[in-house]
Amino acid sequence: MSSKTKPRIGVFKFASCDGCQLSLLDAEDHLLAVADAIEIAYFPEASRTMSKGPYDIALVEGSITTHHDAHRIQEIRRQSKKLVTIGACATSGGIQALRNWRDVDEFIRFVYASPKFISTLKLSTPIAEHVPVDFELRGCPINQYQLVELIAATVAGRRPNIPTYSVCMECKSRETVCVAIARRIACLGPVTQAGCGAICPAFDRGCFGCYGPMDSANTASISEQFRVLGQTDPQIARAFRGFNAWAWQFRKASEECDHT
Amino acid sequence: MNGKTRTIRVDTLARVEGEGAILIKLNGDRVTDVKLRIYEPPRFFEAFLRGRHYSEVADITARICGICPIAYQMSAVHAIERALGVQIDPAIRMLRRLFYCGEWIESHALHVYMLHAPDFLGYQDVLAMAKDHREIVEQSLRLKKIGNHIVRVLGGREIHPISATVGGFSKTPSKQQLRSMRDDLRWALDASIATVKLVAGFEFPDFEQDYEFVALAHPDEYPFNEGRLVSNRGLNIDAAEYEDHFFEQHVKHSNSLHSVHRGSGSYLVGPLARFNLNFDKLPAPARQAAQDVGLVPPVKNPFRSIIVRAVELVFACAEALRIIEEYAPPASASAKVEVRRGVGQAITEAPRGILYHRYAVDDNGLIVTAKIVPPTSQNQKRIEDDLRDFAAQVAAWPLEEATWKCEQAVRNYDPCISCATHFLRVSIERT
Repeated sequence: MSSKTKPRIGVFKFASCDGCQLSLLDAEDHLLAVADAIEIAYFPEASRTMSKGPYDIALVEGSITTHHDAHRIQEIRRQSKKLVTIGACATSGGIQALRNWRDVDEFIRFVYASPKFISTLKLSTPIAEHVPVDFELRGCPINQYQLVELIAATVAGRRPNIPTYSVCMECKSRETVCVAIARRIACLGPVTQAGCGAICPAFDRGCFGCYGPMDSANTASISEQFRVLGQTDPQIARAFRGFNAWAWQFRKASEECDHT
Repeated sequence: MNGKTRTIRVDTLARVEGEGAILIKLNGDRVTDVKLRIYEPPRFFEAFLRGRHYSEVADITARICGICPIAYQMSAVHAIERALGVQIDPAIRMLRRLFYCGEWIESHALHVYMLHAPDFLGYQDVLAMAKDHREIVEQSLRLKKIGNHIVRVLGGREIHPISATVGGFSKTPSKQQLRSMRDDLRWALDASIATVKLVAGFEFPDFEQDYEFVALAHPDEYPFNEGRLVSNRGLNIDAAEYEDHFFEQHVKHSNSLHSVHRGSGSYLVGPLARFNLNFDKLPAPARQAAQDVGLVPPVKNPFRSIIVRAVELVFACAEALRIIEEYAPPASASAKVEVRRGVGQAITEAPRGILYHRYAVDDNGLIVTAKIVPPTSQNQKRIEDDLRDFAAQVAAWPLEEATWKCEQAVRNYDPCISCATHFLRVSIERT
């Protein structure tokens, strides 16, 4: 296939840790095959070649936290036929959305000696609050197999096969005994979307919500269950205020327990 | 000298982790200004860690960096263990070293082959390089995968693993699980030795600097999690004394704080520093691989850091094999932790150099204050110093070549800008 007919992909970064785009380079068994099937037009973490748009697919990592980035995402959207977000920062604002409940100016004074050099927005917000998004891939970090499926599906023009059921389903399929029931460990698995492979319960700990709320998450019920297990409201609020804290279901659940 | 001025300018520095830019202004052969500008937006980790429970810190700080999450987890748990007075089991200590071996293999394989080698071989990226050097690239991918596999076995997944806790791990592997990695690691050890030979054959610019090298040093081993902080200029301190000797400056062109050694200025952390200060602690195969290509301390040419990283790949593979042979599972996956008020500091060796964490914990186990100094903010001032001298050396070159070479000089440090605030653009201005 000549490069003229290969789909052109751009990888763009906003506020994030780089881990989700690294997942592409971490797909060691697929990387060279993926690279043969597409044209990587813009991916600064991997290449000095930085071609201008338009792009067939934009993969967007990270959340919007500055005026400059709020403008930049508009331009990327204009240049891209399909825009898909990768990871919790881009789909829900990320861990840096914890600022959204606090005074960001106070944060800046706390971390930086000369606050006047820093330009930042009050909120850390997901990409979909700024531009239309064609697909959101969940996870902190994303799953590399889901990423390869997402790219293959988007190139083929079909919907990616990404399940939206809860982590509980993955525990059952790998035959992990339920840590919430058998060991009374507080676990967000029932309200969290699958995708990680239910690794935490397999490592003797409760799910802490890396893939964000599943579609029909019953967060009120899980909060109640956490109380039964002896958790206090501040503990429950903190449980929801992780990497997907600004996703509306988790946001609402945490605010119901936040009496400050 | 005529007053012709030019600018070397890279607005988006490629093949680094995170977002930054470089601006170099030249007047004839004289460098008039150098800025490594970090414009990646700040994320305020130290601020929002306040009020979180000590048990959440390893999971949260991992998110500072997707390339070296284990480094963040290790510095965090060790600092908190010091604050709370927790003693860990020797088997846990070994497993943490093995965990770090996995991260070093993954991170160094990524940098040596995919981010840095294309500069030496004249390719824009590793995928273009793969068209002419398929076998080399396939070897690098397998190496990287083996590093990632160690992390997955111990921590559930490669990026942001989930098992590290204050006191140990949420679950520890069986001896059989570790033994299943031996054949791959034996291959990786040979592949790493071949990597040293390969990269030692690259061409290196004639460029040496008089560095202060700063790294951990331990009486018996090449450092990961433990040891005193030492330098080639007489520094020898405990992690608790770090802030007495180093401070951070906030400069206008960067969202990352510049770290400075009090009284002496810029310093260098990472592979070159570790190698120069700990050469005698390298296991025999790593020392032999270095000597076979004529690499002996002190190495003062930063472009040769790619060979040192390859030597550290040999070390990490040999160390992983040793640990797997000697490992016996601990009686308990994690030491018992009793909450008390306290302050703890720790330094561990991330792939890019020392990572300092300090936490104050209250009676309820909540974080009162947190301080994090990543390796790239410590190297940032040193990178600018290198560029100032190196740019003068390439000032007469055609602009495109000079620019690429200056980018390469930055990549010598494998900078992780997501860490340091958290991308790189090179600009050479000739006025």
